[in-house]
Amino acid sequence: MELTGADIFVRCLADEGVEYVFGYPGGAALHIYDALYKQDRVKHILVRHEQGAAHAADGYARATGRPGVVLVTSGPGVTNTITGIATAYMDSIPLVVFSGQVATSLIGDDAFQEVDAVGITRPCVKHNFLVKDVKDLAATVKKAFYIASTGRPGPVLVDIPKDVTAHKCEYVYPKSVSMRSYAPVTEGDPGQIKKAVELMLAAKRPMIYTGGGIVLGEASAALTELVRLLGYPCTNTLMGLGSYPATDPLFVGMLGMHGTYEANMAMHECDVLIAIGARFDDRVTGDLNKFCPHARIIHVDVDPASISKNVPVEIPIVGQAESVMREMIRLIKASGNKPDQPALAAWWKQMDKWRAMNCLEYDRDSKLIKPQYVLERLYEITDGDAYITSDVGQHQMWAAQYYKFDKPRRWINSGGLGTMGFGLPAAMGVKLAFPEATVACVTGEASIQMCIQELSTCKQYDLPIKIINLNNRYMGMVRQWQEFFYDRRYSHSYMDALPDFVKLTEAYGHVGFKIEKPGDVDGALREALKLKDRLVFLDFITDQTENVYPMIAAGKGQHEMHLKPCKAVVPTDRELA
Amino acid sequence: MRHTISMLLENESGALSRVAGLFSARGYNIESLSVAPTEDETLSRLTLVTSGSEDVIEQITKQLNKLVDVVKLVDLTEGQHIEREMLLIKLKAGGAARGKISQLVKDYQGRIIDETETTYTIELTDTSSRLDGFVKAVDHADIIEVVRSGVSGIARGEKSLRV
Repeated sequence: MELTGADIFVRCLADEGVEYVFGYPGGAALHIYDALYKQDRVKHILVRHEQGAAHAADGYARATGRPGVVLVTSGPGVTNTITGIATAYMDSIPLVVFSGQVATSLIGDDAFQEVDAVGITRPCVKHNFLVKDVKDLAATVKKAFYIASTGRPGPVLVDIPKDVTAHKCEYVYPKSVSMRSYAPVTEGDPGQIKKAVELMLAAKRPMIYTGGGIVLGEASAALTELVRLLGYPCTNTLMGLGSYPATDPLFVGMLGMHGTYEANMAMHECDVLIAIGARFDDRVTGDLNKFCPHARIIHVDVDPASISKNVPVEIPIVGQAESVMREMIRLIKASGNKPDQPALAAWWKQMDKWRAMNCLEYDRDSKLIKPQYVLERLYEITDGDAYITSDVGQHQMWAAQYYKFDKPRRWINSGGLGTMGFGLPAAMGVKLAFPEATVACVTGEASIQMCIQELSTCKQYDLPIKIINLNNRYMGMVRQWQEFFYDRRYSHSYMDALPDFVKLTEAYGHVGFKIEKPGDVDGALREALKLKDRLVFLDFITDQTENVYPMIAAGKGQHEMHLKPCKAVVPTDRELA
Repeated sequence: MRHTISMLLENESGALSRVAGLFSARGYNIESLSVAPTEDETLSRLTLVTSGSEDVIEQITKQLNKLVDVVKLVDLTEGQHIEREMLLIKLKAGGAARGKISQLVKDYQGRIIDETETTYTIELTDTSSRLDGFVKAVDHADIIEVVRSGVSGIARGEKSLRV
């Protein structure tokens, strides 16, 4: 029997096992929305802005490992998703975005709500397609999911003109895909792995540095086994948090611009660096000329273009993190060789000295709510077992520093693109995927306002997310940089004319609390968790002068960290009034 | 250093903009680019000339290989190869200059493919540097129009770029 393109499209999603589609209808997508109406296999979540759809699908993908799916109309529908697509692209998140397009006969005519979706998304997708014939539709959908979720994952856009969704043909969903120009690698080169293992075992001051590739490649178990087998220190990037248990003694914390003293010093001093699924981002390396000056470097990555991109590598291994680490473990066990124990003991002794700096300590006697304290308490009260999404800025760094993630896919943030507005919609995707889990969005009063309309979506679909708003009345990270590098000229970083978040939340049909004293933090968090079925917005009024430490200033080496908080001079609300 | 990179591309709309877009997005330069279909109508052959340090060239080839529309790629500069480019040039050719130009065309093994009383249109196919030489050799004031095809390249001997 012949089906319309719209029916074929929805059947494809169902046969692909798609649980949720995040979207927003409009003219060019109406045939598809009609097809969605007539079935119940694929559930549609109506967001309030298409950016929210992309972030929600992204959050779903990060939490589950399955591709997130977005459906929007042409023109502004698809341009509104660009920030979300670019966010997913930078963090290698599998996302499949379907956009309606004007009819093929109108393409190029500057038709109503026409935009060159394939052209406009090209720099921020792994690949994209324009479907011109209904006969190609099912195969293209299959290819889109395949490309998005294999190799180094990433977003794929499929642009579907309206007439294609009306035309009919037989429906066959392909069982498999083979593309002559796309063949992701899996196994690493055995000779290279052998060389890497020899170098690893010969190390005196080894360091294991891993990133989001461990999470994406489902390689946490293999990493944990490898690190424990060797007894080497392990650090995670912002994107890799949770891929090695943060409470394990071999974990030395996050590295990079706001990483721990011990992680960054160990990077600087190590003699062998084992990098797996990490991409030597500028926020990790600091000044490249000062990066790991003593280290011989091994780099495992599924994307050959990530290797030796920023830092020259001695032993490159192109392959999936999981299979490469399994082979490393096998070779180490088979060799009967052990790491140099006296050297390793001395290395850990040095590590203990660095750890004794206690770089994450802060003023616990303050009469004001310290943001770090809120996150420490959130960690304790949720037993370290919540899904935490975040927006971008100081609160994001504090969440990364103070919430100790023991499991992968629990820490959901926009690392590469640094997208404010990500946290709330991402939390919706996570909550839909795991309705029984505690999902908290750690945010600030600036970030939350960028996608706050999604509070309405949360009401419609009963998504009881806990919003932890660290409200310091400043774009905190901008203010921090202005304090450090712009001689305290706080240009346009003060958040004036804030709404009453409690009333705003209530207007959306949720519960809101304002917390102003450190003594009330615990009670508010417990109360919010007790209200299991309600979205609760916790508006914590925090110390405005607090900065994120440690900090490596741009252009500095990893060992050149600011540790001691200098006395901040920040105009307070009263002075500004 | 100058590199000539040649690739087989899926013959699909947008494939060329993916290649060109990669260069602009990552700040690589393209000196020349030529593209046309092959005997297999599903494939185009694209040759581009770029320059950069060894690290940059390595990144360029890796990033190109990542593009889903790039089927196969070779850096011709890594081995012995042949490069050719075609030049069409229209020159003022009246009076005394006429004889001088036609001698120059002979020296460079080009052809006069169109002429009027005052102009010559010349075709010359050779390496890019020989074309540069010809353009320099004619009187700059005589040049009316210059059209160059961009480089195409192929490996010497039995080596080939095929699917």
